[in-house]
Amino acid sequence: MAARGLLEVGSTLPPLRHEVTVTSVVLGALASRDWRPMHHDPGFARERNGVPDIFLNTPHQALWIERYLTDWFGPLARIGRLRFRMSRPVFPGEEMTIGATVTGVDTGQAGVAWVEVEIEVRAAGELSTAGTARIAIPAAEGDNPWSLTGDDWKP
Amino acid sequence: MTTDLPEEVARMVGVRQYRQTGPLVVDVTTIRNACASVENGNPLYWDEQLATELAGSPVAPQAMVSAWTRPFHWTPDPSEPSLPLQVHFDLKEALGFPEAIMSSDELVFHEPVRVGDRLTSTQVLLSVSEEKTTAVGRGRFWNIAVEYRNQDDLLCCREVIAGFGYRRAA
Repeated sequence: MAARGLLEVGSTLPPLRHEVTVTSVVLGALASRDWRPMHHDPGFARERNGVPDIFLNTPHQALWIERYLTDWFGPLARIGRLRFRMSRPVFPGEEMTIGATVTGVDTGQAGVAWVEVEIEVRAAGELSTAGTARIAIPAAEGDNPWSLTGDDWKP
Repeated sequence: MTTDLPEEVARMVGVRQYRQTGPLVVDVTTIRNACASVENGNPLYWDEQLATELAGSPVAPQAMVSAWTRPFHWTPDPSEPSLPLQVHFDLKEALGFPEAIMSSDELVFHEPVRVGDRLTSTQVLLSVSEEKTTAVGRGRFWNIAVEYRNQDDLLCCREVIAGFGYRRAA
């Protein structure tokens, strides 16, 4: 889990960088079982969508963001809510960078701390996706957000 | 929401449709394939003993939720659904937009999705905008809510997906 001192509002998480390739776009589309052709057929993407190439699909972007967050917060972290808006596609040949800033830490509930973050995904240096997430992490040694059920889980 | 919608689209708003049980039982191989696609080494998805200790049993990455109810690309039974998010494609057809893209996504997670689960999804059209011009063309935005429930009818996720159906600029 992240060092508690780094969970102050305003602190930034270390960025994750990934060189996006045709393989990574297609892998993500297939892994998320998204067969739409704009995620594997460059001709379709160009002629029908009017974009230069195939691009990352929505669930794959969510998977990247989840991986980024749980890399940092650890396996006990459990995402309550993830929201993102995609303003620019992410194409093969671009470096994708995911970053986040802590915007809130709520320790008011026993057994869990709720961390709010703002997320930015940049591709080829441009803002591609922006969003927010609300993540449950242990508030103290022995806490486990995965054990929360019913009304105790407040995503 | 705009009021200039065709009657068949206006009638769709707020109506829960397309209850579809996914073709896949949640399984470790599909989970690890998804983890590999984003190089996710979270031991929750690779160490079944640890997953059982932490989460009660092996679970799936939370962002995979829609994968479990997407139909196969092809099946021998033509009556099987072939498109995910059918409401999105219904709107394209009804509003005469040849193209569509997704513009935003919101996922609120509830019950964890566990290995052995089988999810069922339903879709509700929430809203459709007036026509707007964007960088890709002229069209309308719409919001569709999708609920994913497990075999015990427990809510696993409520997703709101925004799509944009459009005609490309000439």
